[in-house]
Amino acid sequence: MKIKRIVELLDATVYCGEDMMDVDLHSACASDMMSDVLAFVKDQALLISGLCNPQVIRTADMMDIKCIALVRGKRPTEDMIEIAKGKGIALISSGHRMYSACGTLYAEGLQPGEITV
Amino acid sequence: MTALHLEFDVAGNNFVSAGSASDEVKKTLKMLGVDPAFVRKVAIAMYEGEINMVIHAGGGKAVVDIFPDRIVIVLEDHGPGIPDIELAMKDGYSTAPDAVRDLGFGAGMGLPNMKKYTDSMNIESTVGEGTTVTMVVNFAR
Ligand SMILES: Nc1ncnc2c1ncn2[C@@H]1O[C@H](COP(=O)(O)OP(=O)(O)OP(=O)(O)O)[C@@H](O)[C@H]1O
Ligand SMILES: [Mg+2]
Repeated sequence: MKIKRIVELLDATVYCGEDMMDVDLHSACASDMMSDVLAFVKDQALLISGLCNPQVIRTADMMDIKCIALVRGKRPTEDMIEIAKGKGIALISSGHRMYSACGTLYAEGLQPGEITV
Repeated sequence: MTALHLEFDVAGNNFVSAGSASDEVKKTLKMLGVDPAFVRKVAIAMYEGEINMVIHAGGGKAVVDIFPDRIVIVLEDHGPGIPDIELAMKDGYSTAPDAVRDLGFGAGMGLPNMKKYTDSMNIESTVGEGTTVTMVVNFAR
């Protein structure tokens, strides 16, 4: 699923990565706990999170995640936008709740992908 | 490729800069052309260790040596130390306060994850003096 389609489906605001709208993402994961993302996520390209701090971007970068969708209308700080820009990570924010954001993308065919336990 | 020596000061309780040392190491490995699968392992393990120094130990020092076939990461702090290392290594064991959990950490997964992603990990810790974690990841298949 292209990032621009995710933006459209989640009615999201793009904070950085305008040039990445045609990048195709094949799987997603969702968590507010970065500990869990680091421990269980394998090859997901999209991280959906209600947590809004610089460590969300750093964690995504360590996992080679290409796009972060913040939910519940969270607005990223300048620090977060700067780090995301430097890392080539698209940062978007949606008013959807976590459950609804995940359900919407899942229903449109975005896969959960593999996780390691 | 010759050996490369890197040192970083890791500031305690600074949640904006936390992870910047791991970030530098990740960038360096990428630049050196190390296989992305190994870069990811190193990035995750070092980042978990760096975050531990930030949240549990008031910061510390990271010393990294990159050789053609492996990386050696030493994370040294003068924090409170770990009284029971075996217990700390258990999945889900965490002494992190709620404030840390609100920041998205404190699931007690860091140390087990560091062990999982490295080829060797050694923890030396003395209560009241500090902790030194040494990790090695081999690049050779
Ligand atoms: N550098 C350190 N200094 C002092 N105590 C530490 C240090 N690193 C880990 N610990 C102790 O070991 C426990 C387990 O660490 P671990 O990294 O596995 O979990 P966590 O940091 O609490 O949570 P998570 O890593 O999932 O965010 C910590 O809660 C803490 O009590
Ligand atoms: Mg930890």
